[in-house]
Amino acid sequence: MLPIVEAPRTALHPPRINAPLAARWLETFLRDELLGRRGIARAVIGLSGGVDSAVTAYLCARALGAHNVFAFRLPYRTSSPASLADAALVVEALGIHERTLDITAAVDGYLQNEPDADARRRGNVMARTRMIVLFDQSAKLDALPIGTGNKTERLFGYFTWHADDAPPVNPLGDLFKTQVWELARYLGVPPALIEKAPSADLEARQTDEADLGITYARADAILAQLLLGYSDDQLVAHGFAAADVQLVRRRVEGTHWKRHLPTTAMLTNTAINEFYLRPVDY
Amino acid sequence: MSGNGIGGPVRVAIVQTKPRKGRYSENLNDLRDAFALVMDDGAADVIVLPEAALTGYFLEGAVYDLALPVQHFADDLARMWREAGATRPVEIACGFFENDGGTYYNSAAYVRVESDRAQVLHLHRKLFLPTYGVFDEERFLSRGHRMGVFASSLGATAMLICEDIWHAIVPTIAALKGARVLLVPSAAPGRGIEGGDELESIVRWREILENIAAEHGVYVVYAGLTGFEGGKGMSGTSRIVDPRGNTVVAAPPDEACIVRAALDPREIDLARANLPLLGDLRAVLPDLLLDEELPLPRGRRDASDR
Repeated sequence: MLPIVEAPRTALHPPRINAPLAARWLETFLRDELLGRRGIARAVIGLSGGVDSAVTAYLCARALGAHNVFAFRLPYRTSSPASLADAALVVEALGIHERTLDITAAVDGYLQNEPDADARRRGNVMARTRMIVLFDQSAKLDALPIGTGNKTERLFGYFTWHADDAPPVNPLGDLFKTQVWELARYLGVPPALIEKAPSADLEARQTDEADLGITYARADAILAQLLLGYSDDQLVAHGFAAADVQLVRRRVEGTHWKRHLPTTAMLTNTAINEFYLRPVDY
Repeated sequence: MSGNGIGGPVRVAIVQTKPRKGRYSENLNDLRDAFALVMDDGAADVIVLPEAALTGYFLEGAVYDLALPVQHFADDLARMWREAGATRPVEIACGFFENDGGTYYNSAAYVRVESDRAQVLHLHRKLFLPTYGVFDEERFLSRGHRMGVFASSLGATAMLICEDIWHAIVPTIAALKGARVLLVPSAAPGRGIEGGDELESIVRWREILENIAAEHGVYVVYAGLTGFEGGKGMSGTSRIVDPRGNTVVAAPPDEACIVRAALDPREIDLARANLPLLGDLRAVLPDLLLDEELPLPRGRRDASDR
C-alpha cells in the first residue's frame, strides 16, 4: 500500500510575526522618520494603558532613547483607574518622561452645550481632545506625536477619524492586533497590558471585541486572507464561519473613506494628489 | 578582466546609498565623501551604486524635476570623483532618472572617468517598470526596449535594473549574449515579517541572485538602495555573488555603507567548467525557440527596433 501525502488545509491561524525582525525594522523606521527626515529627536505618545501605545513607547525608547520619549496619560473622568495604573507600569519599566493631564474640563467645556450627545459622540470628542493635547505638547517639546493605531482597527474603521489616526508617523499601522500582542511579548511589555481585554476605554466596561462582534484572533485570520483578494465563498471554503466573514467584510468595505484624506472636488488638471503628485517626504 | 576570461581580479566597491529624498546636490556631496574612501589605488576599479541612488526612488511627479540627460549625470559623477581628490581612472555604474529630450526613463549609466572626461560606456533603460501594488513607475516613466552587453574593465558586462532580473529570461539572455558579470542597481522596498531572521523580500532577492549566478556562471553585483521613504524601507543588502552562486559579501539592509570584493575572471571559467548549464542551453535553445507553440514574433523586427 503506497502512502498518500495530502496537502494540508489552509491554516486558520492569524498571521505570524518574527518579532525581533519587526522590532529592528520599526526602530530603523522611527529613527529615519524622526532624526533622518525631520531632524526631530523627541517623541510624544498618548499612553492609554493599552498594548498598542505601550508597544509604541517601547519601540520609541529603543529607537530614540528613553530620555527622548514623553508619555502623556490623558484621562477623562469616566476613564478606568486601571488604565492609568497600567500606563504607569510602562513609564516605570522604560524610565520615560510622564505627565498626566486630565481632559475632563476641556471635554465637558464643550459637551455641556450638548447634553444629548450619545456615547459615540462623547467618545469622539474625547479622542479629538487628546489629539489637541498631544499636538500642542509636541510643539512645546519640539517633538513629534507618534501614532499607535494597528492594522486591524484601521481596517475596521474602529477609531476616531482625524484623532487616533492624526499623528504623522505610525509604526504599528501595518501590524494586525494579534501581531502587536506578539511584539509586545518580545519587547517585554508588562503582562498585565497584554493579557487584559483590549478596550478603547471611552465608556465603562467597554471592550473592543464586544464592540466589534468578533475576537481579534478570528478577525485577523480572516483579514489576512481577505486582503489577498479571496472571495467570501473561498474564505468559507478555507474553514471560516460565514457570519464572521460577512461581518469582517462589511466592516472593511464600509470604512474605506476613513483610510483616506478628505475628498476634494477636482476642477483643474493640476488638482493636488490627483495630477500634482509629490511624495510625502519630498 | 577580459571577456575571454584572461586577466586578473578587478576590485569592485558597492556604495549602498541612503539618499535624502529629492536633494540631489546634497546626495552628490555624500557620494564625493564615499568616493574619498575608495579613491586610492587598489581600493576599487569599478564602483556600483543603486537604482535612483542620488534622488530616492518614490518620486511620483517629482521625477520630472530631477531627471537628467545622461551626459549631464555622467559629468556630475566625474566631478565628484575629482573633487574627492582622485587622479586615477575609475568606472562607475549608477542608477538615475533620465530625461532624454522629454522622454523619461529609469536608467543606469556605466561611466568611465578619466582625467577630465566622463565617457558613457553604456546606458541601460529599465525594461520592466513595476506598476502594481506599491509601485507606480509606468505612470511616470517610459520602458526601455534593449538590454545590451558591453565591454568594461569587468569583461563582458550587462546591467539589469531591479525587476529586470526577476524575469529569469532576461539574465539568461544576457548570459547567452556573452555577459560574464551582471550589475544590478535596485531599489527594493522590504516587506514580509512572518518568516526567519530576514525580511521575506530580502530572502527572495538573495535566492534569485544566487540562482542566476549559479545557473549561468556569472558574477552578480547587486547594489540596493537603503533608507525609509514615506514608511517604505528600502532593503539595502547590496551583495556580490560569485559564479558558483555563493554570496561573498553582503551589506546590512538599513545602513549606508560600502561593500567590496575582488572579482576574479578565472572563477567564471572554473564555475562554467564544473556546471556547464550555459553551454548546454546554447546547444538546445534553438530547438526550444523554433517550437511553433511559442507565442514569439517571427520574421519581424519592429518591436525590437524601437
